[in-house]
Amino acid sequence: MRFVDEYRDNTHAERFARAIARITTRPWSIMEVCGGQTHAIVRFGIDQLLPDDITLIHGPGCPVCVTAVELIDKAIDIALRPEAILCSFGDMVRVPGSHKDLQAAKAEGGDVRIVYSPLDAVRLAGDEPDRQVVFFAVGFETTAPVNAAAVAQAARRGLDNFSILVAHVRIPPAIEAILSGPDNRVQALIAPGHVCAVMGTSEYEAIATQYGVPIVVTGFEPLDILEGIHMCIAQLEHGAAKVETQYARGVRPQGNATAMALMNEVFTVVTRKWRGIGEIPDGGLALADAYAGFDAERRFGLVDYTVTEPTECLSGQVLQGIIKPHECPMFGGRCTPEHPLGATMVSAEGACAAYYRYRRVSAA
Amino acid sequence: MSPETPQFTCPLPVQQYANVVLAHGAGGNLMHRLIDDVFVKVFANPHQEADHDSAVLEHHGVRFAFTTDSYVVHPLFFPGGDIGSLAVYGTVNDLAVSGARPLYLSAGFILEEGLPVETLHRVTQSMQAAAQRAGVAIVTGDTKVVERGKGDGLFINTAGIGIVPEGVSSLPAQVRPGDAVLLNGDVGRHGIAVMAAREGLAFETTIESDLAPLADLVAQLFDAGLEVHCLRDCTRGGLASALNEIAKTAGAGITIDEKAIPVLEDVRGACELLGLDPLHVANEGRLVAFVAPGDADRALEVMRRHPLGGDATVIGTVTERTAAPVLMKTFGGIRILDMLSGDQLPRIC
Repeated sequence: MRFVDEYRDNTHAERFARAIARITTRPWSIMEVCGGQTHAIVRFGIDQLLPDDITLIHGPGCPVCVTAVELIDKAIDIALRPEAILCSFGDMVRVPGSHKDLQAAKAEGGDVRIVYSPLDAVRLAGDEPDRQVVFFAVGFETTAPVNAAAVAQAARRGLDNFSILVAHVRIPPAIEAILSGPDNRVQALIAPGHVCAVMGTSEYEAIATQYGVPIVVTGFEPLDILEGIHMCIAQLEHGAAKVETQYARGVRPQGNATAMALMNEVFTVVTRKWRGIGEIPDGGLALADAYAGFDAERRFGLVDYTVTEPTECLSGQVLQGIIKPHECPMFGGRCTPEHPLGATMVSAEGACAAYYRYRRVSAA
Repeated sequence: MSPETPQFTCPLPVQQYANVVLAHGAGGNLMHRLIDDVFVKVFANPHQEADHDSAVLEHHGVRFAFTTDSYVVHPLFFPGGDIGSLAVYGTVNDLAVSGARPLYLSAGFILEEGLPVETLHRVTQSMQAAAQRAGVAIVTGDTKVVERGKGDGLFINTAGIGIVPEGVSSLPAQVRPGDAVLLNGDVGRHGIAVMAAREGLAFETTIESDLAPLADLVAQLFDAGLEVHCLRDCTRGGLASALNEIAKTAGAGITIDEKAIPVLEDVRGACELLGLDPLHVANEGRLVAFVAPGDADRALEVMRRHPLGGDATVIGTVTERTAAPVLMKTFGGIRILDMLSGDQLPRIC
């Protein structure tokens, strides 16, 4: 399969591993931001191919994991209303809210439907004029353009029974929050390839300079990640701190202008609470005033709902890369995919789920 | 800019579901827990201990296999099959992998008010054709009708019986370290075919289900006098579930090689696109055979001569139990291959 098989070639992987070992002269800690990259690392055993001096830290780039608990609760509230149809991407349905998840709400009679695209939800709204169709708009900048397109399409069609529950989060402020945190050990970043395919790389220039960290925009196959790591280490060893693009086949420095224009029209930057991390200024997107009528929180009277969460699970520390999943005392015991304590164990791209599913054995 | 002390947050865990959720039907860990906690405990009897696809019972010196399965697939018609042929072949295969020659099926129908009778005709004709191909007869049945909105069109239950020939035995408990693990063909077709039909996903080429009756292939293996210890068909939960179930019941370990597992290019492509793993995707015409090491080569020959085993291959070996029931050699080393807890959910981004 083109663009997949070549990037999973074992022989090349070993050559990269040797090249990395050759240029590494001291310990370095590198964070890969995106959950998809974490999954690839654990699934393909990339960390096992690296010299011991290189530590990979798993970042908070899983939008499912960082969606605030309040938003899950709001989605459940909406789903349980008889007039509503709550449409969501698949992995959101198992993420625990304060008391239950969307899957349980569905079993209780809530109309929860898994869709592959927000445009499916718009079509549904057109087909079911007597129901309120709500799309749970989760994701980073990667999914924001198509969600913006869905809202724009609903506006053009004059649909008054379509709204979105916005949970969008932005990567650059989260990176800054991590790099400026008191326990930060991250010295270089593997930046998310698909976010940058949309947004371009300019937002990361300032971060690289201000914090003195190399940032390499990287793809998702094993060879992409190995090459990205190699590029990070090459910079680190030379004391450089620039933005480079490994994922050249997907990313242009200027990003996707059409996508960004649509995003800027429909959304506006706001402060957002990240589950496990806390409020991050400019860390999210909300609907712009012109499209506020499509905001589900307003439509269903859920704007002022807040939640105090119990402080026990260590998802937060995992999301910030302070501990690894298997270092959490609950990992694999009280916390497994069947009974997850936190979103990082539920989400397909969560670090804990990746570690659990692809867990390694030392004996051959 | 960043919080002074990170706000570690955690939700209350969803440990037990008070109500049944869809994941309970997915063939993974959640389903197995439900079966163990609710059914096996209550219906406890020695015939369940073999823990195989059919119960093999003995009466006056005759051994026969007895099984049942219900079919709720949606849509009713999909590339490569329909709920009718599925209801026949699925039950035939459960009998076959328990060592039986399938003979008779029952068919119970739950019809939803409003189902076109023409649809029912198509389904029953398909069932009859499937029964003839599989060499079984549908000898008894039942029909019920439920109100509109309570039945998703059509549900079918089939139960089946077959005779287990003298000297034939297929049981997880017979699996032992050293056994070769054989697979009769590529995996992942059925689940993708049904999902594509259900969700209206149009790929460049239409992926067809691998739905097929395996009884004849199984008969060939036993007729050749080969030492087959166990067979299992790979259905819901995919190859991964089948291997895990056998390894757990047998108290053994299985190590497989990811590179040895055949997957069609189209299925791979669809799985990549949706973020699914073919090893966990349902099949309906695939089985794994646990064969004594000395007979592995001949078993492969027998399979490859059969139309449903042309791409048969050895995918691994049985070992003593080590770190986990099933291990897989993969890109970066060896990892655990577990069942999933529920359904695979297509990923966000």
